[in-house]
Amino acid sequence: MAGLGIVRLTPVRQQAVSVSLATGAYGLSLGALAIAAGLDLWQTMALSLIVFSGGSQFAFVGVIGAGGAPLAGVVTSAFLGVRNGIYGLTLAPILRPMRGVKRAWAAQVTIDESTAVALAQPASDPDARREGFWWTGVGVFIAWNVAVLAGTFIGSSIGDPSTWGLDAAAGAAFLGLVWPRLASRGARLVALSAAVLALALTPVMPAGIPILSAALVAVAAGWREPSARDNPSPQGEMPA
Amino acid sequence: MSAYVWLWVAVIAAGLISWATKLAGHLVPQRVLDHPRALRVAAFTTIALLAALAAVQTLGDGAALRVDARMPALAVAAVLLWRKAPFIVVVVAAAGVAAGIRALGWG
Repeated sequence: MAGLGIVRLTPVRQQAVSVSLATGAYGLSLGALAIAAGLDLWQTMALSLIVFSGGSQFAFVGVIGAGGAPLAGVVTSAFLGVRNGIYGLTLAPILRPMRGVKRAWAAQVTIDESTAVALAQPASDPDARREGFWWTGVGVFIAWNVAVLAGTFIGSSIGDPSTWGLDAAAGAAFLGLVWPRLASRGARLVALSAAVLALALTPVMPAGIPILSAALVAVAAGWREPSARDNPSPQGEMPA
Repeated sequence: MSAYVWLWVAVIAAGLISWATKLAGHLVPQRVLDHPRALRVAAFTTIALLAALAAVQTLGDGAALRVDARMPALAVAAVLLWRKAPFIVVVVAAAGVAAGIRALGWG
């Protein structure tokens, strides 16, 4: 579909457009899941436009859909967004100087994908890195929000979401988001312990709290000095 | 306030926190990057929360745990991810497996 146009773009822009389209595609599932979780169209679009970080949005919708309190949804999505702050730190020297509205926009589109494409360009070519960041950030912003809107119509036209396996799709979405981050043994241990802890706490704590408690595993695991092979990549290797 | 209004408050709060977190990264001095412990905890936090969400979404049923059609769907998703299938294929396949199993009358 992007066929002829895309080959005329520079390699950085080609990467940006492909990543944007691929990421946008799973905005469809977010839109459908948000409606299934009980958000209305406007709430879903507000979430998508202003939170604008896939993991945080899936988390918010997941907690609400499971019957958790709105506050638990906010806190879970906030913790998942912490990594975007670190991306901002990493990108700031590349993107400076920026001020005012431009900086506000750069912050909003600071996500896994824009960071990954920017940092995939050679450090010796700061222009390519900037171009990768902006093209991917804005590209994903457009594709994602259009796809979420389309997803809401799917979500509201199918009746009981579990008949269509949407509950299972949400679990698969979280697995797909965490999968690329499991390259190291330490990361896999953290994932497994967090999953076990959250499941163990589910029968005894209000919805949403077991998931937040899993963050304690991250603090415990990250506190000590890792051996070289345990070290997780702070960038995350792939989109989320 | 009604549950609907609270949900709106939560959506907007989540959005403001998300944006403020991103902006803070752009504004904070570079030397924070020299704290490997903070970076490790942050990277592990993402992993721990996503793994916990995957587990509870697949096995949780209110305050109970239940094995149903979601479990084989997640197993299929894991195989597809291992085979490097695109995200959207993984999600749609998981939904299809769960829907198919339920159509056959289980889970």
